[in-house]
Formats: sequence, C-alpha cells, structure tokens
Amino acid sequence: MNNKEMGRRSFLKKLGAATAVASGASLYSCSSEDKQAVSVTSSKAGQGEMTYRTHPTNGDKVSILGYGCMRWPMIKNAEGKDIVNQEKVNELIDYALAHGVNYIDTAPVYLQGQSETATGIALKRHPRDKFFIATKMSNFGTTDFDACVNIYKNSLKNLQVDYIDYYLLHSIGGGKGIETFNERFINNGLLDFLLKEREAGRIRNLGWSFHGDVKVFDHVLAMDVKWDFVQIQLNYVDWRHASRGNVNAEYLQAELDKKGVPSVIMEPLLGGRLSKMADHLVARLKQRRPEDSVASWAFRFAGHHKGVLCVLSGMTYKEHLVDNIRTYSPLEPLTDEELQFLEDTAVLYKNYPIVDCNDCKYCMPCPYGIDIPGILLHYNKCVNEGNVPKSSQDPNYRSARRAYLVSYERAVEKFRRADLCTGCGQCNQHCPQRLDIPKEISRIDKFIEQLKQDTL
Amino acid sequence: MNSKIRRILAVVFFTFITLLFLDFTGTIHTWFGWMAKIQFLPAVLALNLVVVAALVLLTLLMGRIYCSVICPLGVLQDIFGWLGKKAKKNRYSYSKPLNILRYIMLGVLVIALVAGVGSVAALLAPYSAFGRIVSNLLSPIYLWGNNLLAMWAESVNSYAFYSAEIWIRGGVTLIVAVVTLVVLFVLAYKNGRTYCNTICPVGTVLGFLSRFSYLKPVIDTTKCNGCGLCARNCKAACIDSKNHQIDYSRCVVCLDCIDKCKQGAIKYVPRNKATQTSEAAPSAAGRRAFLSASALMATAGLAQEVKQKMDGGFATIEDKEVPRRKTPITPFGSLSAKNLAQHCTACQLCVQVCPTHVLRPSGDLMKFMQPEMSYERGYCRPECTKCSEVCPTGAIKPITKEAKSSTQIGHAKWHRCTCIVNTDNVKCGNCAEHCPTGAIQMVPKNPNDPKSLQIPVVNTERCIGCGACEYVCPSRPFSAIRVEGHEVHREI
Repeated sequence: MNNKEMGRRSFLKKLGAATAVASGASLYSCSSEDKQAVSVTSSKAGQGEMTYRTHPTNGDKVSILGYGCMRWPMIKNAEGKDIVNQEKVNELIDYALAHGVNYIDTAPVYLQGQSETATGIALKRHPRDKFFIATKMSNFGTTDFDACVNIYKNSLKNLQVDYIDYYLLHSIGGGKGIETFNERFINNGLLDFLLKEREAGRIRNLGWSFHGDVKVFDHVLAMDVKWDFVQIQLNYVDWRHASRGNVNAEYLQAELDKKGVPSVIMEPLLGGRLSKMADHLVARLKQRRPEDSVASWAFRFAGHHKGVLCVLSGMTYKEHLVDNIRTYSPLEPLTDEELQFLEDTAVLYKNYPIVDCNDCKYCMPCPYGIDIPGILLHYNKCVNEGNVPKSSQDPNYRSARRAYLVSYERAVEKFRRADLCTGCGQCNQHCPQRLDIPKEISRIDKFIEQLKQDTL
Repeated sequence: MNSKIRRILAVVFFTFITLLFLDFTGTIHTWFGWMAKIQFLPAVLALNLVVVAALVLLTLLMGRIYCSVICPLGVLQDIFGWLGKKAKKNRYSYSKPLNILRYIMLGVLVIALVAGVGSVAALLAPYSAFGRIVSNLLSPIYLWGNNLLAMWAESVNSYAFYSAEIWIRGGVTLIVAVVTLVVLFVLAYKNGRTYCNTICPVGTVLGFLSRFSYLKPVIDTTKCNGCGLCARNCKAACIDSKNHQIDYSRCVVCLDCIDKCKQGAIKYVPRNKATQTSEAAPSAAGRRAFLSASALMATAGLAQEVKQKMDGGFATIEDKEVPRRKTPITPFGSLSAKNLAQHCTACQLCVQVCPTHVLRPSGDLMKFMQPEMSYERGYCRPECTKCSEVCPTGAIKPITKEAKSSTQIGHAKWHRCTCIVNTDNVKCGNCAEHCPTGAIQMVPKNPNDPKSLQIPVVNTERCIGCGACEYVCPSRPFSAIRVEGHEVHREI
C-alpha cells in the first residue's frame, strides 16, 4: 500500500473503521490545515501498516515491534497472591496479533514463572504460523545438564508448542564473565544439545541475550557457532552512554552488523525510564513532535538501525500497545538532525541523578523481603518530580520532604523498605544493569533518614 | 456563669482532649497539650503545684465546676445522661451520699500511690479511664476514617493525608476500656453522675473542698413551691428538694437546676448573699459497686512459605514477636521503672502519640496498662520526644533530643545463634549501620581470618537502648540483637 499517493481519507476508508490503530491515529493527528512550523515535525505515525524486517538468512518477516512478556498485567487471587491476569493477556495478544505484531518474547523465569504459561494460553488461540515465539534458557540457578534440559522441555510444554522460533541463552555476560558462560553452556554440554535441537528443527533460531561484560560478548560472537540472532540492550541513552558495567550499544550493534547477525532489541525504553522523564525532558521531546508520545522517540531510535530485526516492549497496558503500534505503523526513520537531538537528550538525561533500575525484577524476590525495584523506582519518581531536595535550604524543602516521605509510605510496604536491607548483596549477581543494589538502597536509606530527622 | 456557658466550655474541653488522644500528627498537642496537664490527678502526680493550687482555688471559688467542664470523663457521662434524659424526662431523684465508700476509694488510691502500685490508681482515675476508652475504642474508628481520606488523597496524588497503622496495642487494656465504658454508660444513662460521687477519688477530694466554695447554687425557700423538678433533673442526685437542701460535696455545678426551676428559686450566688445554705448530713449505705474485669488475649505469628528463585514477587515476611525481656524497657524521660510506676495513671496518651508504635500498655499487674517499650514495629527514633511532651503526670519527664541521645534506657545484646551471618552465612551489618550512637561495630567472625564474615559487637557504654538495631535486624520472628531494659536510666 502506497500511503504517499493516497489521501488520508481514502486511506482510512480502505483500512476500515474496524482497526483501532486508525482510531488511535485519528485521535492524535490533526487536520491538514494546521501543518506545523519548520522545527515541529508532523507525525506520519499510525498512518500505515506495521513495518517488518526480513531475517537475512531464514527470510522470516518479523514485525519491528515485538511483545515482551515480562510485564503482563497482574491481579491478586483469592489468597492475595499476584497472578497473571489471563483475561487481559488474551485481549492484549489478540490486539497485538490483529495489528501485525508477530514476535512474542518470554522466558521461564518471568513473573515468578507464570509468563510462559500465560503467554502459551493466549497464543494457543491463534494459528501457530501467525507468530514467532521466543523463549530462553534461564539456567541461573543450576548448571546441571538434566536440570537445564528440563527447563527447555518445560518451555515447550508451558508454551504448548512443539518448536520454538527463537531460543536464547538467557542473559550472558553476568556473573564471572566467560567463566560463568562456560559453566552454564559449555562444560555441561548444554550448547551442543541446543545445537542438535536446532538441527532437529525444534529450535528454529538460536541466539543469546547479553548484559554486562564485553569480553563475553566478543568471545561468544567469535565462537565457531552460527548464531541466528543476538539480543542486546539498545536505546538512545545506552547508545553512547551505557551505565557502569554495561557496553555502549553503538559498539554492540556495529559488531553484529559486521557479522551480519540481526539484533533483537531489549530495554528500548529502559523499563519506562525514557518515558517517565523529568518535566524539562518531556517538554523538550514534546516540543518537537507534540502529537507523539515521549516513548515514541525511544522506539523510533531503537528501530532505526538496519540490523535490528525486532524491538521488544513489555507492554502492560493496552495504551502502551496502541501507542507503540502507532509509532511503528510505519516506522518513520530518524533524520540526522533528530539523531543528534536524541544524543543531546541522552547527555541531559545522564546528568540527572536517576538510579539505573529498569524494573525487570530479576533481583526479586529478595530473601529478606525488601522491595528493591519499589524503593528505586519511587526514588526515581521523586527525582523526576523534583521532590529530592539537596538540602534543607532548598526553597521547596518542606513540601518536597513531605511528598517524599508520604509517597514512600504509599509506594513501599513498611517491612520492605530500605532501612531493612541487610546489604547481603545476593541481589547484585542478578542485576542486568549491574547496579550495586545494596549501595543504592543504603544511599537512599541515608537520604530518607536525613529527611526524617530533618538534618539534610 | 450559666448553664449555657458551662456547656460551651465543656464541649470545647471535651473536644480537644478527645482530639489529643486521636491526633497522630502532633498538631493538636502543640496548641492544646496543656488541657491534659491541668487534669487533677496527673497534676498531683507530676507535683505540678501551680495547677493543683489553681484547681483548688477554682473549686473553692466556684465549686466542682472542674467535674462539669475540665474532666472529660465527667462530660462523657453528661452525654450519656443526656441520652438517658431523652428517653425519659425527669428521671433522677435525690439519694443520700455514700460517703464511706467515697472515702474508702480515696484511701485505696492514696495507699496505692504511696505503695507505688500504679495499676490501682490507673483503674480509679477518671482521666486515664477516659484516655483508655478513646484510645482503644474511638481511635481505631478515627484512624480508619483517616485512612479512607488517605486512600482518596492517594488517588488524587495529594499528600494532604497519609495512612496510619491500626493495631491492638494491649488486649487486656482494650477489655478494661470496654468494661469501663459499658459500666459508665449504664450508670450515667440511668442515674447521672453515680461514678463521680461514689468511686472517683478526684470527685471526693474536690467534693470536700466544694462544700466551702464561695459561689453555690442556692434554693430561695421564699420562691420555691416544692415541685421537686430540680431534684428530678439533678444528675448528681444531691438536691433534697423537700428539705430545700443541696449536698455541695456532690454538686458538680452543672446549673441545670437553675434552668429547670420555673419559679426562679435557684440562683448561683456568693455564699454570703445566700438566703439559705445548708449541708446534707452524711450517711452511709452501700448501693452500687464498680465492676472491672479482664481477660487475656494472645497474638499469634504468621505462617511461613517456601520460596523458589524466579524473577519478581516478594518473599514472605514473618511477623516479629515480642521477646521476653528480663527487665522491661521504659521510655526516655521516665528516669526509672520506679518513677514511671509511681507517677503513671495509664491514660494511654503516650501510647497513642508514639509515631513508631514502640509504646504499648503493659499486661503486668503491678504496672497494669502503664507504657512499656518493644521494637517489633519500629524503634525509638532519635528525632522524636513526643511521649515526654504529652505526659501530664511526670511519669515521662520532658526530655530534649540531645539529652535523649546520651541517656541509656537499656542496652543491646547480640544473640549468636539467630544472627543471619551465622544462620544464612551471608554478609549483614544492618544493626551497625543504623545505630544512632555508633555503639555497634562489625568485626570478623574468625579473629584469625580478617576476611571472614563480620559479626556485630556492642559497646554497652555507648548503647542507649533505642532499639534501632533490634528493629532493623532481619532475623525473624526474634531479632538477633535485642535490647534489655535498665531499671534506672543513666547518662552516658
């Protein structure tokens, strides 16, 4: 369909009133009369079909938007336990597939182990050839061969499929680097097993996801194994300003491009941090494209690079899904000027004292019951809202103090707060962002103590 | 002075004293904290001579106006009596005074106070009975309402209200409060101020003084037609209308009789202007008894749950349990266990205002319902001196933050076998990190291996017993570092 030659009205007619992308788009777009001034770009988003990328070797046509199943909506069951809201998951999957999303990414450990099952149930209601399913070998707790094979077999069972389209060695680069990688996949013969599964067709594509030690990235990429894809963390902040212990995405993507290995992008939005920003950054992004969401900039950036096969987003709410579909229908490439604008934004963002937590919850559950992401995200929220005073001489000190303390009580349960962190550090090995979690928690605890004692 | 002014004043005092027990933000105390301090028995216990002298003078001048305006339990009974009068008009009648019972009760109180048995005083004292009723029965409703507002505030992202924790601090105290309320309600509903004129030791003392008061309601026999309406509306049952006599030891100067008298025969006038004054002869007859009962309630810990490593979710947190302490911990400012026991009337004001839920009423019979400290829900924070500010009896004397930081009320003791460094073989040090006086150091477990995991050591000389370490200790249900109280506080 050639949108450029088609009037908006006739296009809408063709698309039909049934599609909600169109209804989403009509909400955003304005009539042709108010075309904006030079610096403000009018959005083409939501006016066409989902952009697809073709896998260079197997020819899979993969939607640029992939569904990350780490953040499904939850509800409390009768016993007060958090369980996946299956009804909502079904709705979200139906909507996503109906609007062209065809890459669904999950893992055995997500959502306390509930993600694969819930995703499987939702996908079972659709023909198997309408989607690509990605899941992972999350052998963090054990390197025992049988136990690992069991994790793999359970994935097939929970997802109710007899083959997996994209299978990943989950989060390599953590722990003790290459040593840990070898323990998890080489010494126990697990990689050989997975390669055989690929030969047998039960794994169509084999790849890995990476966080952390660049030596592991280089080492594994250089191995004598044909990797079908690699999953990396890429966004306009991590492009050149990766946080401590992580690698600039610019380097990772360039290496993959050299090898011709397509990339799947995770954390395009840094767990929402590139959407929930400080007011001045929101204003900066909105000023350029008032009709588009703050998040859309991050998604356009993530999908911008030609070597990217798919950009994952863990969309909890329908609104997120609608917005992302809109951004990618079709993906409007960034101009050089816009790329520079985002680079400048990244610099501004890095100057803000935000904790680099993406709310992935890999650190959870803390054995001592601490709500780690709750404490960190609450701190970030207060930073963004200007409620983290530097001293008691700040003009808004009293109101900021109250806002911080009251909202903290609301955000985190009493016995899960920062003051009860033992500093044991068991969480650190799980953090893909390589945060020194006890250090961050302790820093926040000291800040809260100062607020409470009024000694800031 | 007329009954209207008396009622307005009573409502003002009653409202703010009630709010003293309900308000957890400290705002009311800043402005109306004095209302608790002018209560008679607390002032006596605090040796607050100015207040005691002022109250004696007030009574000598105006009679037992204290009982009708300042005493919240008196006003509470008036509210019950008002309900009773709505049900049945003119329901009271004159009765003879039960002076022997009154003096026995007063004697019991004095002996108990001298002997330091605070629990008896706590049961008899009107102000503390009121405090227990409000803090145990009304406060949960108030907090629940507050929490509803907090929920609303949260939904509109406002910080105007924040939610407060509601919990039963002492089961026995709750039962005592319920029994007191029920007995008072029945007595006041049917007969008005029976409690005040038979049990209440404050009423007895003030009654003794009020016989000689300057201003008194007096019956003008020239105008009186003997209808008896005054007697049938006298909540103190002290008007002998047949003999035109008023028992001033029992009259609480409510002045209702003046309003009721259609002949205008009763006037509140100076003694020397009275056309007729007289006193009823004391006579003894036991009629009613005050009941109190108590029972025990147990709180139980929570179940455990098995956990497996998946991403997300929360580990179950077991509730902490109150450990057995050889010596109970008494609040900063209370000087010693003895001082607390001697002065405290167990009004629960300190328990009520404690923002970290450290204070709770004791179940021990010798210090029945008097405050005791424990650190399962929080610890005695360095910036807080609230209990010492509100205490009207001098049981907890005012203390500054600075003085608090150098007062030792107890000391922490480490329990090797429950410390997670030993049980879980992990690094910890939360107790040392949170100790406000720096009394805890972390040292290698193995003296020969500086890299071995570290365990806490307590410098008892620097420990003040605030319980920060005990509260933040991850070991559950019993903390691995616990505070033992000291009988006498000391400066370090």
